[in-house]
Amino acid sequence: MRLLALALHRLAWFIPTLLGLLVVTFVISRVIPADPVALVAGETATPAQVEELRRQLGYDRPLPVQFVQYVGRLVRGDMGTSIFTRRPIVEDLTHRLPATIELTIVAMVVSVLVGIPLGVLSALWRNSPLDHALRVVTVSGLAIASFWLGIMLQLLFAMRLGWTPLNGRLQGFPPQSITGFYLLDAAITNDWPTFGSALVHLALPAATLAFPALATLVRFTRAGVLDVMQSNFALYQRAMGLPRSLIVWKYMLRSALTSTVTQIGLLFGILLAGAVVTEAVFDWPGIGTYAVNSILRSDYNAVMGFTVWAGAVFIMVNLLVDVAQTLVDPRERTT
Amino acid sequence: MNAVAFVLARLARDRSALLGLVLIGALVVAALLAPVLATHPDDVFELHPSERLRAPGAAHWLGTDRMGADVYSRLLFGARITILIGVIAVGASLLVGVPVGLVAGYHHGWLSDLLMRVSDIFLAVPQLVLAIAIAQTLGPSLPNVILALSVTYWPWFARVVYAETRALQKEVFVESTAALGASPWRLTVLHVLPNIASPIIVRASIGMGFTILTAAALGFLGLGPPPPTPEWGRTIAESREFLPDAWWYAAAPGLAIFLTVMGFNLLGDGLRDVLDPRLRRSRAVGDGRDG
Repeated sequence: MRLLALALHRLAWFIPTLLGLLVVTFVISRVIPADPVALVAGETATPAQVEELRRQLGYDRPLPVQFVQYVGRLVRGDMGTSIFTRRPIVEDLTHRLPATIELTIVAMVVSVLVGIPLGVLSALWRNSPLDHALRVVTVSGLAIASFWLGIMLQLLFAMRLGWTPLNGRLQGFPPQSITGFYLLDAAITNDWPTFGSALVHLALPAATLAFPALATLVRFTRAGVLDVMQSNFALYQRAMGLPRSLIVWKYMLRSALTSTVTQIGLLFGILLAGAVVTEAVFDWPGIGTYAVNSILRSDYNAVMGFTVWAGAVFIMVNLLVDVAQTLVDPRERTT
Repeated sequence: MNAVAFVLARLARDRSALLGLVLIGALVVAALLAPVLATHPDDVFELHPSERLRAPGAAHWLGTDRMGADVYSRLLFGARITILIGVIAVGASLLVGVPVGLVAGYHHGWLSDLLMRVSDIFLAVPQLVLAIAIAQTLGPSLPNVILALSVTYWPWFARVVYAETRALQKEVFVESTAALGASPWRLTVLHVLPNIASPIIVRASIGMGFTILTAAALGFLGLGPPPPTPEWGRTIAESREFLPDAWWYAAAPGLAIFLTVMGFNLLGDGLRDVLDPRLRRSRAVGDGRDG
């Protein structure tokens, strides 16, 4: 019951944060130097037409009223229409969402499956050549510009060696749409050539996106395991003569990984943000590419829609992480 | 001055922090002496169509770009923009974030709650996403990039300062100074602030690296200062249509970003070891520097 109360407490925090984000985007959209109404009306509009449009769009009302209307529209799922695609922005984003989620999840899985074991080994074999090599990886992972890493990977693996495609999500027709994730859909329909094509198309963007996350995970896991190795309970178990492998893999990992779980949740948000730039490099048909194209076309409604959407997802993920953390770590429940 | 000498001496003993200092030093020298060090200082604005896309060689150490300009010379001038963006954006974030954190940390009540809730909202969204929205709205230019980065980075300082100020309030020396009748203003500025300088400095160094990385991403997305500004992120975007042949054109600026950001990150890690005695102790026991 206390857990439920806690979850509700965190949920109560979700709404004000989301409203705060909307205030920020609303303020940003009102400091625009050019008159947004004149922009929509076009250059040939007469002053009378501009005023008429201003009234229609509700820009003549007081700012608080405009804000309430803005929130009201968003609640109904109306983010406006994209100037370029001429479609509702919500529709555009929903359509492109599976591509982004697929890329993000694959990158996440890769970084967790590779990062955590490497972090543990790095801590167990402290100051070994492996530890030193991994330190170079972690330092690089946090310093490299991901768009540049992506371009260099393209240069080497796609252009020079020809091992992977240069960009895009698939060659040929997409599999029958069930979940929208090409890998899953192709597997469900037993379409293995498509599965293979989707996989090689994923390789470079997923590697680009995963690299900084992997570096962070190695770093945190290593620090977590080192911390636990110094703890009294590990010392006690060693003194009692428990085998080292049992101590490490059964007892130490569980307590070392609690902080890593938090990291994984935070990483998901960071990966989503990183997807913007990575998708742009690989022409990946997700919401990141949509945002970047909207920037290039000055499709200002679409950029704002993307910001609200990405912010909401990020806040939601943080909420889930908080709740998951409480489930994993009993100590959290008392605070 | 003694404190500075002490910190420098300790940093010099830490190999990776020393590497960080050297990298930052190289960046500063490149920026300050760009006109002297550049082999073709006029190439930032001049066009040499006949010299287009030359491979690296004796005349052009890092080759030439699509306008026939020397890549190496443009990189040096780009260092100026990088430093300018980093220093002003982090400086502005400090100027806003530190007072907000101090006030919120010292006061207990609605003001403190309000300030921290506002900074939480900014921290709840990835910096790049908000920075894109702001830079896009204001239009691509150098001041707008700096503004977008400052508006989105100050909450990090507010968070750090808030947490440290709250922790210090339980210290005996703060309580006794307050009991002696020191005003909140005097207590905060003269007694609390100097004691939380270390985490602020560490955050600033790491923030420089982070800000430069985000600025490069904005430049790459076309939201940075317009051409012919030799901004590194934009240069990488320009170079893409000339791959795979003109690999130097794309490789050089990315490497410059990498070394710069790594320099600030290594220095930040080293400073944390030196300045934060709690972590120093844990490092002596378990080499916990990566935490």
